[in-house]
This record gives sequence, C-alpha cells and structure tokens, in this order.
Amino acid sequence: MSRARLAGMSAAIVAALILTAPLARAAVKVQEAVSAKGITAWLVEDHTNPIISVNFAFRGGSALDPDGKDGVANLVSATLDEGAGDMDSESFQRRLEDLSISLSFSAGLDTFSGRMRTLTRNRDDAFGLLKLAITRPRFDPEAVERIRSQVLAGLRRASENPRRLANRAMFQTMFPGHPYSRPTDGTLETVPVIKIADLKAFAARRLARDNLVIGVVGDITAAELKTLLDTTFGELPAAAEPWEVPDVTATATGRRVVIEKPIPQSVIRFGQAGIKREDPDFYAAYVMNYVLGGGGFESRLHEEVREKRGLAYSAFSYLAPLDHSALIVGGAGTANAQASRTIDIVRAEWKRMAEQGLSEPELNDAKTYLTGSYALRFGSSPRIAAMLTGLQLENLGREYFDIRNSLIEKVTLDDVNRVAKSLLRPENLTLVVVGQPENFSAD
Amino acid sequence: MMFRRTLLTAAVAAAAWLSVLPAAAEVFNPKTFTLDNGMQVVVISNHRAPIVTQMVWYKVGSADEPRGKSGIAHFVEHLMFKATKNLESGEFSRTVARNGGRDNGFTSYDYTGYHQSVAADRLGIVMQLEADRMRNLIIDPGEVEPERLVVLEERRSRTDNSPGAKLFEQMNAALYLNYPYRDPIIGWEHEIRRITVEDLRAFYDKWYWPNNAVLVVAGDVTVDQVRPLAEKYYGVIPRGPGIKRERTAEPPHNAARRVILRDRRVRQPSVRKRYMAPSHGYGDKRHIYALQVLSEIIGSNTGVLSKSLVRERKIAVSAGAFYRSDGIGPRAFTYYASPAPGVSMEKLEAALQVEIDKLLKSGVTAEEVARAKSRMSASAIYARDSAGRGARVLGAALATGQTIEDVESWPERIEAVTLEQINEAARAVMIERNSVTGLLLAKRPS
Repeated sequence: MSRARLAGMSAAIVAALILTAPLARAAVKVQEAVSAKGITAWLVEDHTNPIISVNFAFRGGSALDPDGKDGVANLVSATLDEGAGDMDSESFQRRLEDLSISLSFSAGLDTFSGRMRTLTRNRDDAFGLLKLAITRPRFDPEAVERIRSQVLAGLRRASENPRRLANRAMFQTMFPGHPYSRPTDGTLETVPVIKIADLKAFAARRLARDNLVIGVVGDITAAELKTLLDTTFGELPAAAEPWEVPDVTATATGRRVVIEKPIPQSVIRFGQAGIKREDPDFYAAYVMNYVLGGGGFESRLHEEVREKRGLAYSAFSYLAPLDHSALIVGGAGTANAQASRTIDIVRAEWKRMAEQGLSEPELNDAKTYLTGSYALRFGSSPRIAAMLTGLQLENLGREYFDIRNSLIEKVTLDDVNRVAKSLLRPENLTLVVVGQPENFSAD
Repeated sequence: MMFRRTLLTAAVAAAAWLSVLPAAAEVFNPKTFTLDNGMQVVVISNHRAPIVTQMVWYKVGSADEPRGKSGIAHFVEHLMFKATKNLESGEFSRTVARNGGRDNGFTSYDYTGYHQSVAADRLGIVMQLEADRMRNLIIDPGEVEPERLVVLEERRSRTDNSPGAKLFEQMNAALYLNYPYRDPIIGWEHEIRRITVEDLRAFYDKWYWPNNAVLVVAGDVTVDQVRPLAEKYYGVIPRGPGIKRERTAEPPHNAARRVILRDRRVRQPSVRKRYMAPSHGYGDKRHIYALQVLSEIIGSNTGVLSKSLVRERKIAVSAGAFYRSDGIGPRAFTYYASPAPGVSMEKLEAALQVEIDKLLKSGVTAEEVARAKSRMSASAIYARDSAGRGARVLGAALATGQTIEDVESWPERIEAVTLEQINEAARAVMIERNSVTGLLLAKRPS
C-alpha cells in the first residue's frame, strides 16, 4: 500500500526524527514538606494561578471490605462529604459550593483516596472542611440512606452496561475466592446490609497517618503547607488497623465466560496474569504492551482488528498491576456474528508477540512515543497532584519524574522479547463475552 | 481505554467541555491574527509544561450534511487519518506518535476538529501534517469500506448497545421537528450504509478550506513563534470558495411530545424533560446568560430540584438540570430525575412538573442568584488551570459564530444577569408545547 510521497515532506519529517533531542521533561520540581508531627506531602509549587490542588490516598481499599459487605469503602467514599462536625449534609455541601471548593473521595481495590481543589483565597476554609470530612464525618442516617439509594441506582444502571458487566466478570473469574473478585462498589445484595457502624468502623480504622500519602500542586509554599498538614491530618490516628490481603496469582487459564444479553454488539474482554509494578521487568512489559495493544492507533491489535478488517471501533490491552497481584487485560467490541473471529485474531496476536517479540524499529518507535509523550501527562494541577500520590503509593522516588524516561530508554530488545515470551500465554487467555456471540460458547 | 477518531455527542464530550463554559475576562488571554487565505489563528500561551496542542476546527458538522446522508461529517473525520497525496494511510498518526505526540479527532453538530499534543519544539511537524490533509486527502474506495464497518461498530458501541443512548437519539428526533440537530451526529444506520465515495469526496471538497477553518495553538509557545509557522504551512493553501452554511429553521411547536423507550435491560428508570432553548446562534439571545445562571441554580448539588425531590421528599435518587448555549441551531434546557425504589414514574414526573411550575410562578430568589454567580465566577478561574481548556472553549466558540470577545467577557455577562432576567428567560423557554419528555422504563412483564 505504499504511495508516492512528496520528497519535501518526507525529508522534513525524517530530519525532525533524526534531530530528536532528549525530550523535554516536564518542568516540575518536586519538594518534600514534612510537618512538625511528621506528616509528609510532596509538593509542586506553581503560582501561575490562584489555585491549590490536593490529592491523597490511604493504603488499603475495598479489598478489605468485610465478608458479605462488599461496598463499604465505596459507601464511605460517597458519604464522607455528606456532613461533618457541626454541619449536616446540606450545610456542608452548601459551604463547599459557596466557597467553590471541590472535594471528593473514591475507593479502589487497594486504596481509599481523596482530592480537593480550592482557590487560594479560600485555602484555610478548604483544608478545614477536608479535615472535618476525614476526622469528624457524621454518617447521619438521612445522608447514608440517600447515598445508599444512589449507589444502588448506580449498580442497577451498571447491570445494564455491557462493559461494566464484562469487567466485573473478568475479575470474578480471575480471582475466585480472593477479595479482588469482589466489586468495589458492592452488589445489590451487599449494599443494603451495610450498617452505619460499618462505615464508622472503616473511617476509624482505615484513615490514619501511617498509611497516608499526600500530593499538593499549586499556589502554596512548603512552609505554608507544613502548617496545614498538621491542622488537617494531624488529628488522624497514628496508625491504621493492621490488615492483610493475600498475594494471589491470576490462575484462571483459558476460561470462557458468556453473559447473554440482547444487544447487537458483543463486548469482549480478554486477560491473563500480568506483571507487578515493582517487578524489574515492568518497563519491558510496558513497552511490549504499547506495541501489542496499548498504543492506540499504533498497536498491533488496533491494526489487525480495526484497520485491516473493520471488526471493531477499538481494540486494546493494558497492564493492570495491583498490590497483591497483576493482570494484563484487553478488550474489543464487535457485531455478535464476528465475536469468535475477533477473538481468534486477538489470540493470534498474543501468540505472535510471545513467539516473535518486537522488531528493532517497533522498539524504537515505542520508546520515542513513551518518552516523548510523558510530558503530556502534566496538563493540569489535579493530574499532577494525582501523579505525586501515585509515585508515593508505588514507592517510586521523588526524582522519578526526572528519571522515568531513562528507565524506558534502558529497555533492550532482548528484555522485551524475553518478557513477552515468559509473560504472554495465548492458551491461557481467559475470555469474557457479553452479548449474543455466535460460534462462541462458555466452558 | 481511549476514544480515537471519535465523535462528540452532545451528551458526552462536548458537554464535558462546555457545560461550565469557563472563560473569563483575561482568563485565556488569546492572541489572534488571520492569514491572507482567510484562516483565523488563535494562540493561547501557557508555559506550565514544555508541550503544545494544535487544534484545527472546521466550520462544518453533522448539521451541514445533505438530507438523507447523515453521518458523512463523522465518516470524513475517520478518513482524514487515511492516505493523502503525500502520506500513506496511517502515516499521519504514526508520525505524531514517533514524535512522542498524541492525536485525535472529533465531530459535533456544528464543527469537526483535529488535534495533536506534542513537545513544543515539534509544532512545525504537526502543522505540516495537518496542513497537508486539508486539501490533499485521497478518499480511496478500498479504505472507505472497512472504515464504514468501523463506524457501524462505533454506532453499535455508543448507541445501539445502550437503552439510554437510544432514547436520547429518539428524543432529539422529537425535540427538533425540522432542524438538522434531529439527526444523530454518527448518522442513522441505514444512511451510514449508503453513503458513497462520491458523497464523501464532495463533502470534503466543499468544506475543507483554510477560510472555513480556525487554527488554535495552546501551550508553551508565543504568537511570534506561531505566526511564521502558520504562514509557512497553512498560508500557502489557496483560499476556497466562500461557503454559506444553510440551515433550516424550526416551525412553531404546537404540541408537546412524549417518547417512551421500554427495554428489558433497564433496571433504573429515568425521566428527562427538554425544552427547546435559544443558543448563541439561534433564537432570542437575550436569554442565554440568564439561562446559564438558572441551570446553575437548579442543577447544583444543593439546588432547588435536588433539595426538594432527593433530600426532602426522597422520591428521586437524583435530579437536576443543565443547559448548553453554544451552537448555530436551537439548544435545549433539560431537566432530569431518576426515581427512588418503589416510586412510580407517574408520581416522579408529576413532582418534577410541580417544581417547574413553582419556578415559573414564584421565580428564583436573590440569594440563589448570588450564590450561583459566585460559583460561576470561580469556574472561570479554574478554567485557566488546564493547558487544553482554553483551546477547546475558544475553538468551539469561533466555529459556531461567537467571537473571542464573547468568550473573554463571559464573567462580566454572567455578573450582569439580573433576577428579573432569569425569571423572564424561564417563562420564555419553559413552554409546554416546546417540550419533549422522554421516559426510560423497564419492559412490562408480558
């Protein structure tokens, strides 16, 4: 399909490629602010706009929900800002609105996190409301029941959504009997039986100083932040209740799950055991996945499924490392009649990558993209604050923004191909299909 | 997961971009100039990170398609990533990626946009690529057919697989009796299937010209750096024929409409009531800013609707309102609510109507107006934070007939809105015969 190309244009672009300098890294300097009480936050000072973004996370998430009460952490995340201290839900929400402060919480499998954004002029009020939410939440019955009904409505909506159904089934299949098999937002059976005492117990036991990481970006100095760290987080208990989540390997091998739904397009998910974030081969796997299905337009799955055959709007894969396990998963959506053909192509690409790995040009293209595009992540202060929290959760150093691209550059072709061979098991791919797939049945 | 070569529906991306319409005097501080061939250039400097975003907005969208050919604008957007006279199919995105950049496209009712984000020193490369495909696209039948299948899968994924999206599509077709917003951006399936190569070529040839496009560059760059590059790459493209966007107008609406979608997959029912409303490009523009403040009053977390239906009476799990004013054609002011368990849809719908009637009778309060304005004023400050926000807001505005001045003076215009104007706007817009009510319901047991 090669076409004649105007010499001028290609020459200019080739020249630009050759002249590729070490790509500019984001101009952010990460400071560490440690308060008198020993509370640490990572800070990127930026006084361009009168805005402060805070992101924080407590280690330990919905995987710690009590048996039969899936959804506790999630319900806490939705009710912490529904009244605290002397303010009931409406007063608290009005106060946030009137000061144009956004404050929200969310639960993941491994973390319970929060984010707050304020204008500088309301800084002290904003940190004060955040403090109230995490140290003196009220969990008034009115608010809890109202939020519970919203969570249940969300679950009923999710039960109509084929992508949500497929993702949930993938985790249930990959982690049978393990807390990771349980949905973070709970189920229609478990959410109704959660008691207010469960929410209070979660807040009392899980929100503490020794499992807390904080990232701050914006119009604030380290000295100002130090004081606010103590007033905001200083009254939290020193230590969270000890917890344990067992390590688990995603052992499901070659399972085939079908969830019958009367829809025209089959939603397909495929997955197998992946690689953990702290594994020395993580970067090699990351580069490999870019070529396999992570690279948008440029990935092999996109090329084979969408570009060459028009089978799907999107076909992708991604690494999903967790604290106690890891997956590599992907997906596609195709008309029911083409589901089995699409799955065959995915499996063939999985096999080709495992057996043949990458070519040198593919490796170079992947590195150029992954290093060059890193700066694009630094687009807004909430995003940078979330990245600061992420670095700390993953135990990456404060200098990580500066060295990250060199970790990608260091990956060799041998590394990638060795990891592809050991990681990818086409025969072990577990498949979940939601819809009415033809020529594909559950095992 | 990401959407690529994607369409914006009013419900999804465009709403996310513009619903808070955050633009303030001296917020984005854009610089602008126009090339000799008529292409407007807007530059927004933001030096937070050494990155730059280029967006080219064409003043053409799904509402400019010939009747019976819905989906052409979006189809052309997909094909813009295929071969040109100078590039192989896929080479555009490959080149952007090899320069460490990301690219994408989107289609809406009134515009089609293409954008790349790259390190600031790569701006010339993405300009050269983008300028190339403005006039040099080859629409090859061998590429059209597989791409048609991709578009059909996109339609299944976004619309046909989702009862809520199917209802939204039907409601639009009922809300607009004659205006082209009644047709979905992605197109009706039977029409997507019969779009021809000639249709696509004619559409591209008619609309893709520099004098019908706006270039927006945002990021770590200055107008003095952009000007020579824009002249070099875009300035050499000849000016196209003057194009007028011909749009039909709505006839009087003489009857309220009801659209009911029952699907056995629905587990959480909902109701929406939409009133046709003016936009920057259509209808009585006096009401636009008043309606924005009104939607903030009604739709906020502690707003009157949520307070009454969710917090106090507990007959809804959620309730609110929203309004968008950008557009060449008529927009809508939308109320929504979803019932609490055990509450019938009849009861919820009646309660919603009581709230609307109360608003029309009693009006809003001075305190509500002041609170809403204060929040909106803050949103204009927050809008500066994101590198790409200004580019999106200004691009959408300029592609739909607004001016930079309109965007930059937004906070003042919001500040100037009075309580009387809000009540007048509500009474002008919330007229029963101009409405469509949509119900998403579970299928009755047979």
